[in-house]
Amino acid sequence: MDTATPAVTVALHDGDSVVAETGQVDARRHGELLLPAVDRVLAEAGVKLDSVTGLVVGVGPGPYTGLRVGLVTAATFGSALSVPVHGLCTLDALAYAAGRDGLEGPFAVATDARRKEVYWARYEDHRTREGEPGVDRPADIAGRLAGLPVVGAGALLYPEAFPDARGPEHVSAGALAALAAERLAAGAALLPPQPLYLRRPDAQVPKNYKVVTPK
Amino acid sequence: MADEPLVLGIETSCDETGVGIVRGTTLLADAVASSVDTHARFGGVVPEIASRAHLESMVPTIERALKDAGISARDLDGIAVTAGPGLAGALLVGVSAAKAYAYALNKPLYGVNHLASHICVDQLEHGPLPEPTMALLVSGGHSSLLLAPDITNDVRPLGATIDDAAGEAFDKIARVLDLGFPGGPVIDRLAREGDPKAIAFPRGLSGSRDPAYDFSFSGLKTSVARWIEAKRAAGEDVPVRDVAASFQEAVVDVLTRKAVRACKDEGVDHLMIGGGVAANSRLRALAEERCERAGIRLRVPRPGLCTDNGAMVAALGAEMVARNRPVSDLDLSADSSLPVTETHVPGTNGHGHSHGHDHVHEVSKDNLYS
Ligand SMILES: [Zn+2]
Repeated sequence: MDTATPAVTVALHDGDSVVAETGQVDARRHGELLLPAVDRVLAEAGVKLDSVTGLVVGVGPGPYTGLRVGLVTAATFGSALSVPVHGLCTLDALAYAAGRDGLEGPFAVATDARRKEVYWARYEDHRTREGEPGVDRPADIAGRLAGLPVVGAGALLYPEAFPDARGPEHVSAGALAALAAERLAAGAALLPPQPLYLRRPDAQVPKNYKVVTPK
Repeated sequence: MADEPLVLGIETSCDETGVGIVRGTTLLADAVASSVDTHARFGGVVPEIASRAHLESMVPTIERALKDAGISARDLDGIAVTAGPGLAGALLVGVSAAKAYAYALNKPLYGVNHLASHICVDQLEHGPLPEPTMALLVSGGHSSLLLAPDITNDVRPLGATIDDAAGEAFDKIARVLDLGFPGGPVIDRLAREGDPKAIAFPRGLSGSRDPAYDFSFSGLKTSVARWIEAKRAAGEDVPVRDVAASFQEAVVDVLTRKAVRACKDEGVDHLMIGGGVAANSRLRALAEERCERAGIRLRVPRPGLCTDNGAMVAALGAEMVARNRPVSDLDLSADSSLPVTETHVPGTNGHGHSHGHDHVHEVSKDNLYS
């Protein structure tokens, strides 16, 4: 599952291929949409959650509130079912999907980080990221990515900075699960299921943060 | 009794990650991880810091509660969670965890109201709530007088603060006196050595034409700050203990007076006091004194159950199970401004399917995105 971007996406993978996948794009309702999506995927595949042997969740980078929905859901499933929970960079899943669609490296991936910035990373090929993901203004990285195709909603949002913007626009849990299955089968380590925030929290104390009384 | 409902409750509405487990009205576990220290230097709770801490603490706190209670999650009769009110991003971590837990274990889910939980927690200390119960809830986030004929589905607001919450006033005065955050415990401590009659600070909304059950602490706060600033401007020492005692007296005088009056007016012979400010020793003492004089039984849980915790959510959840209240759906959302009258958030069909309500008001807040 992945909730690091506006896409709330869930897939079931049996080790060879994606058995079922569902998702919705809605930046404001991750919390409401995720569990029903899990339920749909399992129902479509005709299995119960307790037959799942492992979980992989997109760790972002992504806007925090939505990102946390997937992470805490995966962690809680893992605890309740006593199965391992793995993390995978959301940008890696997008890169992997782009590669399976035929895009050859090098290229870059960019998602919307809000505040007129993008989360981004460069890839040698669809399985190989160069360095850690960053968060920057499109104009500030346009030069470094000049001439490269850039995949994802963050690229499509800023065509002046990324003239060769491509799809897929959104991350798919099917690609995330397939990449995780591939890496696990190869004995490679995945990430811990912890968020890539890339920004420090805004330290603003709101006024009257919890005034809740009906007048 | 073994057939009383066994319920796990999750609370993440502010800066405490709380997971409690109760059987009926018996407390089995109360695990709390607090991020209060990380907020201290900002002088208040920073929502994003709180949300990050909730994510880190959620699963370890659930596991610790189960271990403390010595039960298996398979034996639970339900999962309860604070659906609101509170900080939107913080609530969402707990609601997501509760839904995942309920789904994975195939247990009924109850999204419940934070304020009703503050009242219901007293069942763990003093047994079943009398019906109706009068409740005074005072904390950094709320100051309300509530009449609760049935804690699971009938809670009526009689009055509330029209500006600052009582606990907020303590924090602000502590800031003016350079005493750090949170302000409640340190002011309580200093006030014990001060004279509560030294300075006559104003009692907000206490005139005969003022609303009988509403509170106002903003004018008091300004008045105390002005008094301190005048002393400083005159080059005199600020008598911190007397200021603390006199300020605290002004707050608890109004709180207890109005609460006792509400009991008399409504013919209720019990007063419950909850929320973090209920840990204040002077509030407890004065409430005790005035209730006794008025023939009212006072019920105040121990301080650890007054502040935000998971046990209070579990307590209300257990009552929901016991009274057969409808469960919440899988698309339960966090509602940062859930009205106190909505004691819980029942699903539309009980099967976890989507329904057509518009919950955008909850998620369209500024802190959705970093
Ligand atoms: Zn509270």
